[in-house]
Order: sequence, then C-alpha cells, then structure tokens
Amino acid sequence: MPEIKRPLSPHLGVYKWEVANTLSIFHRAAGVFLSLGMLVLAAWIISAAMGQSTYDCVLGLLRGPLGIVLLFGLSAAVFFHLGNGIRHLVWDAGYGFDKHVARISGWFVFLASLVFTGLFWLGVKS
Amino acid sequence: MSLQSPLGKFLGHGSAKEGTEHWWSQRLTAVALVPLTLWFVFALLGMDSFEHAAVVAWISQPLHAVLLILLLMVTLHHSQLGLQVVVEDYVHSGWLKVPTLMTFKFLHVAVGVACIYSIIIISVGNAPGIAQ
Repeated sequence: MPEIKRPLSPHLGVYKWEVANTLSIFHRAAGVFLSLGMLVLAAWIISAAMGQSTYDCVLGLLRGPLGIVLLFGLSAAVFFHLGNGIRHLVWDAGYGFDKHVARISGWFVFLASLVFTGLFWLGVKS
Repeated sequence: MSLQSPLGKFLGHGSAKEGTEHWWSQRLTAVALVPLTLWFVFALLGMDSFEHAAVVAWISQPLHAVLLILLLMVTLHHSQLGLQVVVEDYVHSGWLKVPTLMTFKFLHVAVGVACIYSIIIISVGNAPGIAQ
C-alpha cells in the first residue's frame, strides 16, 4: 500500500513554549516512568513474600545510592502525576480552562509536587 | 483498501463500536487512584521500619492487604491504558506496534498476578492460627 502524504499535526514549531505544554509532556513522561516504577513496587512486594534473604537483597539495592535516586525520582513523579492528574480531572469536569487559570494551576501543581516530595522525604523513616 | 465491511460502513461504527471506553476507563481509574495513592503515601510515612519482619507484618493486616491489592490492580490498569496510548502515538510500524501492545498488556497482568499472589501468601502465612 503506498504511503499517503497527509498533513501532519501538530506542527510543533508554530507553538509558543508554555507552562501548559511543558506540564503535558512532564505528565506523560512521569506516567511512563511510574509504569517502570511499578516494577520496583512489585519487586518490593514479591521479594517480601520470597523471604528474608531475597527481601534484604532488594532493600539493599533500594537503599544504595542508585536506589535512593530512583526512589526519589519515583516519589517526585508520583506527586507530580497525582497533582497534574487531578488538574486534568478538573478540566474533564469542565472547569479551569481559562488561559490564566490553567497557567496558575500548572505552576501550583508543579511547585506543590516539589513541596510534597520534600515533605515526604523529611517524613519517611529510614 | 479498507478492512471495514460494507455493513460496518453503513452503520457508521467502524470496528471499534466503543470509542469512549478507553478514555473513560483512564478517568475512572484516575479517580480511584487519588485516594488509593494518598493512602499508600501515608502508609509509607507511617511505617516505623522497612525491615522484612515489619513489612510482612504490615502487609498481613487485612485492611492493608486489600488496599494494597486494590492499589496494584487499579494502578496497573491505569498504567496499561496509558502506555497503550503512548505506544499508539509513537510506534507506527504495524509489525512492531501490535507485539509491543501485547507484550505490555501481558506484562501488566503478570506483574499484577505475581504481586497479588505474593500478598495473599504473606497474609495467609502470617494469619493467626495458621502454621508457618
């Protein structure tokens, strides 16, 4: 079948870079990252069922430098995806579409996710 | 060449019939995940230790086990729906797209079953009155 040359959309070049589109990209990236993060959660739960030695191995990896960076990234992704997800649900309900409202809610969600990530790591024990 | 049957064309439904199903499931799982995720965050904050014995004892609590299973099922469903859209957006070659979608779906189900099975054996193995 011959390839039909249809016009492609969106033409990214014509758009002004904005909070809204940045957060949209972040939202998707965080979602994909969190899908990978489910493997971490799964490893934690499955290893707990497999016994002490397997669990200690997983816990050791998660407490290592790479593990902490990974967990920190995942926690930030959780708070951002959760906050921005609620923002999307509010849009789905029909509210908050005004340009300035969307801009403010975007910044709010972004900054709140940073604050909540910080608070989480201050609050979590060992 | 269209794979749509003349009857399908006439009825105007295409082959999908339920165009909003995917979108709606994504929202439904998103709404459910708001309280479930918040519960999990507070649960992690409330854990005094992440050593094996403490975590096993925590998962063994019926309420924790049920909420954890719910969190896993809904998150994995939400994740599968999301990754499906990502694959559909970026993977255009048919020979790669369908196997990728299938693999992701299988992986989500497999991870979910493995996690739920793990939670059940932790719960049962540590339930009072059952020999270890």
